[in-house]
Amino acid sequence: MRLTVNGAQHHLVGLDPRTTLLDALRERLHLTGAKNGCDHGQCGACTVLLDGRRVNSCLILAITQQDAEITTVEGLGHKGEPHPVQQGFLDHDGFQCGYCTPGQICSAVGMLDEVGKGWPSAATSDGDDLLSDAEIRERMSGNLCRCAAYPNMVPAIRQAAGR
Amino acid sequence: MTSTSARAVGSPLARLEGPAKVSGAARYAAEYPQDHLAYGWIVASPVARGRLDAVLTDPAEEDVLAVLWHGNAPELEKPDDPELAVLQSDEIRYRGQPLALVIATSIEAARRAAQAVQLEITAEDHDVELRADHPDRYTPETVVPDAPATSDTGDVDAALAGAPVTIDVVYETPALHNNPMEPHATIARWDGQDLILYDSNQHPSGIAETVGAIFGLPAERVHVVTEHVGGGFGSKGSARPNAVLAALGSLVTGRPVQIALPRQAMFSMVGHRAPTVQRIRVGATRDGILTAIDHQTCTQSSRLFEFVESASVVTREVYPVPNLRTGHQVVRLDMPTPRWMRAPGEAPGMVGLECALDELAAELGVDPVELRVRNSPENPRYVECLRSGAERFGWSERDRRTDGEWLIGFGMAGATYPAQAMPSTARVRALGNDEYEVAIAAADLGTGARTILTQIAADELGVPVEQIHIRIGNSTLPQASVAGGSSGSASWGWAVTGACRELRAAGGSTEEATFDTTALVQQQKEGRHASGAHFAEVRVSTVTGEVRVSRLFGMFDGGRILNPRTARSQFLGGMIMGMGMALHEEGVLDPAQGTWVNHDLAEYHIPTHADVEWIDAAWLDAPESDLNPMGSKGIGEIGIVGSPAAILNAIWHATGVRIRSLPARLDKLLPALPSPR
Repeated sequence: MRLTVNGAQHHLVGLDPRTTLLDALRERLHLTGAKNGCDHGQCGACTVLLDGRRVNSCLILAITQQDAEITTVEGLGHKGEPHPVQQGFLDHDGFQCGYCTPGQICSAVGMLDEVGKGWPSAATSDGDDLLSDAEIRERMSGNLCRCAAYPNMVPAIRQAAGR
Repeated sequence: MTSTSARAVGSPLARLEGPAKVSGAARYAAEYPQDHLAYGWIVASPVARGRLDAVLTDPAEEDVLAVLWHGNAPELEKPDDPELAVLQSDEIRYRGQPLALVIATSIEAARRAAQAVQLEITAEDHDVELRADHPDRYTPETVVPDAPATSDTGDVDAALAGAPVTIDVVYETPALHNNPMEPHATIARWDGQDLILYDSNQHPSGIAETVGAIFGLPAERVHVVTEHVGGGFGSKGSARPNAVLAALGSLVTGRPVQIALPRQAMFSMVGHRAPTVQRIRVGATRDGILTAIDHQTCTQSSRLFEFVESASVVTREVYPVPNLRTGHQVVRLDMPTPRWMRAPGEAPGMVGLECALDELAAELGVDPVELRVRNSPENPRYVECLRSGAERFGWSERDRRTDGEWLIGFGMAGATYPAQAMPSTARVRALGNDEYEVAIAAADLGTGARTILTQIAADELGVPVEQIHIRIGNSTLPQASVAGGSSGSASWGWAVTGACRELRAAGGSTEEATFDTTALVQQQKEGRHASGAHFAEVRVSTVTGEVRVSRLFGMFDGGRILNPRTARSQFLGGMIMGMGMALHEEGVLDPAQGTWVNHDLAEYHIPTHADVEWIDAAWLDAPESDLNPMGSKGIGEIGIVGSPAAILNAIWHATGVRIRSLPARLDKLLPALPSPR
């Protein structure tokens, strides 16, 4: 089977069909940026982008994603030139232990795209600023951080959005 | 050596590992590629008490290399911690105990085979419920970390009987689970007679010693690699079964073995904060001077290990009271072993004490800030935190009010945590061109240790931070103490300072200096504390009973703040974990099964982005120069001490309801709230 990750195509031989996308990335491709925090879609540490949309890669079987463009945290930014969301996290100390961080960053990239398309969140009322602090918090609440670097992630994401 | 006027210590240097962490390049324990890696999956006990008679495996399971249990596992040396004697006996002491280990060539095969394993168990009746009147409760010799279980000064009974005002309340805190985002994980590989462990922990030197002893190896034959750690909050302070099981699996199969615990195992074999039932009696004069306190804690431990959450100890340390009695009782149950969780003792103990004092302040009609100031005659730093925090928060404008369905109120509480250092050794080596390598087996769990040690070395050697090359996170480096007890910076920074000063004193006659702080640490000032004050504004919905923390502010004395950027993050992180303690977190016991039923992150609720609104921290930044060369006090834990009480006190202010059993769930509040208009 094949996986297209960060623009590169990989052929995986003998992959167990039960393998999650997360385990394929981590154990077979050694792309360990996506983390395993719960294996249940409850914490968001495994968040990657599937055709640009954020997903919990622990809840997806790798074999079902042979035609998708998969982007992991390793595929954001360029060497020496971080993605604006990565730069925001660096500038605002948006992490401590760093284990949820790749998931937070991928989630924020996907979230900003959703906002760009005008998608509402559960907290949105008509006429609301889709990037208010409350909106950012609501939209990022699928990504847990036990160090609780949340107050620093909000300005980090706002900076990345150019706001 | 060049001199520079710019001080690195005290500057907001960004975390050195930041670029690696945001790009996914930072490697955690289970992320080191190995040839022929095998995967271990633990078969955990489905009963709380009994005997394992046999393990039956299906020979048709593919890709399985071994199924280990006490019937076939190699014999280990007896460890100090009985929970590390994995697969050594038929005794089942708690639900979730590792009973067998399946090793296979893929995660999928290991997991499938573990599900297919059949356990033949003789189950026995279990006893899993903590009650303050449990007949098996007893008073232990000591409580964590090593304090006497009881204390008694003055005549508490007479003082309480004669006090003009008394408070007599019981506060209960539930089981709390550390839940770092990275579950415990180990890759073990034998290299000849040496054991290599890529392990997620807070103490590489200690893990090497502990695991080495179990396999009959001196610590130096065990190489523990702990470059990055996805949080610990106490749960990774000592070796956990995953490290021993991975080493055992590798020994048997001859292959590197990786064990990454599933989240559910984070509620059983890695420790937790034990539930407490605290009875607090306070006596005071009409103007709020404390005359007597009696603080009695009942808590639980496991059959395996006596670990006593020291919730009453903090009451010996904050306010001078002429008549003071404190005590602890513990009940050993058929439950997992409690261990360290961020501010063990202080975090639950200050819920009891600081909520009781709030009740006293209300009874007296005294400002809660003023009550604490009056009872802190010889603690100027604490008083400054109280006064300055109140000023910055706007405490004087705290009229409770209503906004639509929301009741709005304000609360505060004090904070304290011991300032301490433990023996450590650091090595500094001149690399030429005014560049230096600094080496110590410290662990950075996200505290900023790597960064602040670099800052300390830069100032001591008089060079910019770019010329310091820091090496930590490996047990082959000079021995370091645990990243725990808020002691890391003080302990390791002291050793780094010593090594740098020795190198400078040698004046170029040597290229390397090593410094061991053991002798100095033994002379350190006892009984010193970091302190702080928390202020909360909450709103409580009369429709749903939901509590929202609109504002949370902490004012701290942490001595000299070594890096304001990472310090602020640690303070806020602790305060938010305290918010979780007040509002969200509890292990819900199923007495029939002897387990916490909500053993995952969907049902054990920790604060999320949406829970955190306005929050800030500030500090005195006043070095305490006779403590250690940096003048610093640890700050990793004080944020969680007091913040839960501040929130609970604010809930009372908003609603008139005292929540004395944590967390303040909406079903506890709603029946007591007025109907919404």
